Amino acid sequence: MEAVAVNNAIKGGEFLIRETKAQDIFIPEEFTEEQRMMAQACKDFIDKEVNPNIYDMDSMKEGFMASLMDKAGELGLLGVGVPAEYGGLGMSFNTSMLIADYVGAGGSFSTAYGAHTGIGTLPIVYYGSEEQKQKYLPKLASGEWKASYCLTEPDAGSDANSGKTKAVLSEDGKSYSITGQKMWISNAGFADLLIVFAKIADDKDLTAFIVERTWDGITMNDEEKKLGIKGSSTRQVFFNDCKVPVDAMLSTRGNGFKIAVNILNIGRIKLGVGVLGGCKSIIADATKYAKDRKQFKTPIANFGAIKHKIAQMATKSYANESASYRAGQNIEDNINALIASGMPEGEAKLKGVEQFAIECAIIKVYGSEVLEFVANEGVQIYGGMGFSEEAPMARAYRDARITKIYEGTNEINRMLLVGTIIKRAMKGELNLMPAAMAVAQELTSIPSFAEADASELFAEEKEVIKNLKKAVLMVAGKAVQTFAMQLNDEQEIMMNIADMIIEIYAAESTILRTEKLIGIKGEAACEVQVAMTKVNLYEAVDKVNRAGKEAIACFTKSDEQKVLLMGIKRYTKLNPINTKDARRLIADAVIEAGEYCF
Amino acid sequence: MKILMCISHVPDTNAKIPFKDNQPDLAGVTFVIAPYDDFALARAVEIRDAAKGKLTVLTVGLADADPTIRKALAIGADDAIRVDAKPADALFVAKQIAEIATQEKYDMILMGRESSDYNGGQVHGMVAALLGIPCVVPCMKLDVEGNKGIMHREIEGGKEIVEVAMPFVAGCQEPIAEWKIPNMRGIMTAKTKPLKVVKAVEVAPQALVSKYEAPAPRGKCTLVDAGNVEELVNLLKNEAKVL
Repeated sequence: MEAVAVNNAIKGGEFLIRETKAQDIFIPEEFTEEQRMMAQACKDFIDKEVNPNIYDMDSMKEGFMASLMDKAGELGLLGVGVPAEYGGLGMSFNTSMLIADYVGAGGSFSTAYGAHTGIGTLPIVYYGSEEQKQKYLPKLASGEWKASYCLTEPDAGSDANSGKTKAVLSEDGKSYSITGQKMWISNAGFADLLIVFAKIADDKDLTAFIVERTWDGITMNDEEKKLGIKGSSTRQVFFNDCKVPVDAMLSTRGNGFKIAVNILNIGRIKLGVGVLGGCKSIIADATKYAKDRKQFKTPIANFGAIKHKIAQMATKSYANESASYRAGQNIEDNINALIASGMPEGEAKLKGVEQFAIECAIIKVYGSEVLEFVANEGVQIYGGMGFSEEAPMARAYRDARITKIYEGTNEINRMLLVGTIIKRAMKGELNLMPAAMAVAQELTSIPSFAEADASELFAEEKEVIKNLKKAVLMVAGKAVQTFAMQLNDEQEIMMNIADMIIEIYAAESTILRTEKLIGIKGEAACEVQVAMTKVNLYEAVDKVNRAGKEAIACFTKSDEQKVLLMGIKRYTKLNPINTKDARRLIADAVIEAGEYCF
Repeated sequence: MKILMCISHVPDTNAKIPFKDNQPDLAGVTFVIAPYDDFALARAVEIRDAAKGKLTVLTVGLADADPTIRKALAIGADDAIRVDAKPADALFVAKQIAEIATQEKYDMILMGRESSDYNGGQVHGMVAALLGIPCVVPCMKLDVEGNKGIMHREIEGGKEIVEVAMPFVAGCQEPIAEWKIPNMRGIMTAKTKPLKVVKAVEVAPQALVSKYEAPAPRGKCTLVDAGNVEELVNLLKNEAKVL
């Protein structure tokens, strides 16, 4: 059933120095009939069970969310990532991404779903002992038990490893006593099982435990009053001398932080793809409204300013979709290659994702910021009604906001992705140094004035991508040279570099997707996708230019600065395009279809 | 208990269907199980489960109907038959169903009260007539007692409760059952279930579509203030020229 495996040789972060061919990436149009049927089933579930009951959900009607999770369990949605031998469906990585995409339209439900199936269940899938897997996974896959993940503490958020919750071994050596306070715990109100992180003695790193809700010493605060995802149960959880048997330890002592980080990698990319469901539902609602709402005796969908918004919403969603499934398939291929090389499946899945931790962070940041943009413009298209709780936009706007915060804030993810790239380059795992040095060399040479071959599809755009990569190699290379290990303290510059990398990955993914799609459907059938690709690149170039200039101006001086700024100018050149016409073409397609139709 | 569940492979009810060369242009249109069939299928799965019987899904259509058939298998049918032919008209489809039902005896033949493409609503009656068995339409509730089907029909101003001996044909509609979303496991096993493709029996076409015509575009609408009767009369008389 799985999509045909594509090139699996690429490493995480390597896109910066390696040209990727269109045929080497996976595009969502290649999903099989079976995968599409699964996506449709998720959509039907959201339309049938969530959307008509949105007020029950967001007012936290007693038992509603738990019953929704039960229904999702009956459909098999909770067993997506659980191996078949433990009652799950053992689906491929990209299939689970597709399901996250469609479940993402469910607002608060998608948070409850993600907390249960991701951070709640996967630690046991990947790190549990055989006994732990046998005991808990069938219950979690069916939804009989619901899970939550207790990592964050009042003073340990982004700095998760600094948690103060303690686990003390009993004198008889048979149990640990956990004491501490956890906060922002999704699903806490109805969870039967909690993955709890605590420190043993003076350990540097956390240890993870599987804690059953019925064990003594667990109390909770009332539900948090939140800005958005109001239907998701979020509470503080207190552990007061909560005794857990020693065999409830997950993996080994001190391995908890590694578990947290690795599970979050998966959570990040799933969040990034999961926002698509929200984007699509906002686009559909906003387009319908724009078609119905008349001002000056004309549906507002006929106005250029509104078309601009609809086109931007669709274009950014398309870019996010392209990047997400490209990375998803890279991960899946990597997992399959590791399994084929003899690595145990659980370990292969973790290593497979870890290899693409950079892309996971990119997609988390990009996706959540696309959703924020789409929700914001959704409100704007609704005008005054967008500000009213009677229309769906206010809720969508509020729900969108959390995605920039959880699964690691976007700032942490930006730091992480740049830091990981530099670390891998230093270790020689990623061959960035020669490429960066070649760019530095090229800076002092005469630029080529050769024009790209206009007869070749996307020849100019691909040349632009190559140059954008040079721009970021130039800036990052200079920053590393200047600050060495202290670059981590120059967070503003790290943010700039991250912005450049994120835009490049999304823009390149979009070009490759459209190129591959044209190979399948022909150019005439893809003119809207071509327009989205060009508009997206146009904006990406602008953002890379700005971030690059800003960074350079912050840590270079005089002649060197001039050379580098010239470099940015040279590497962010793009012939102008008629964005007005391109956006109108995109918007008209969306308006005609009444939904995101790509 | 053997149930034959007939489904139609129809364009999504939300799809806009363009016309090209006086024919519906269905390229790019999403196809689904016809909604009334979907309700009937949900009830058929429940009856099959309760009776531990066998549920066979049948469609008359070309290979492009296979994904729709597999969805029915994902929802719970045990196996499927596709009569490999374009469903030309109601009698053509009815004769194909009757042929299958003659070869293999079924206790009940269920289908939607009508399909959602041409909305003919004739096939169930024709099948019943061809097989010489009773037909109940619209069947809104269906229970099984021994070898009888107990069905509810909505009639003018009330409800009719019908008892019919098996085998019978029923043209169903909601609320016969809540439509089902296929579960993930069902989807994953659908491709392992048998789907038999059979040749159609020859039937001379009884009805031919000679032409499609789009409804005339809606005329301009003028709103007249509720108190302005004079203006209304003036417009009706001089512009619409209906007075």
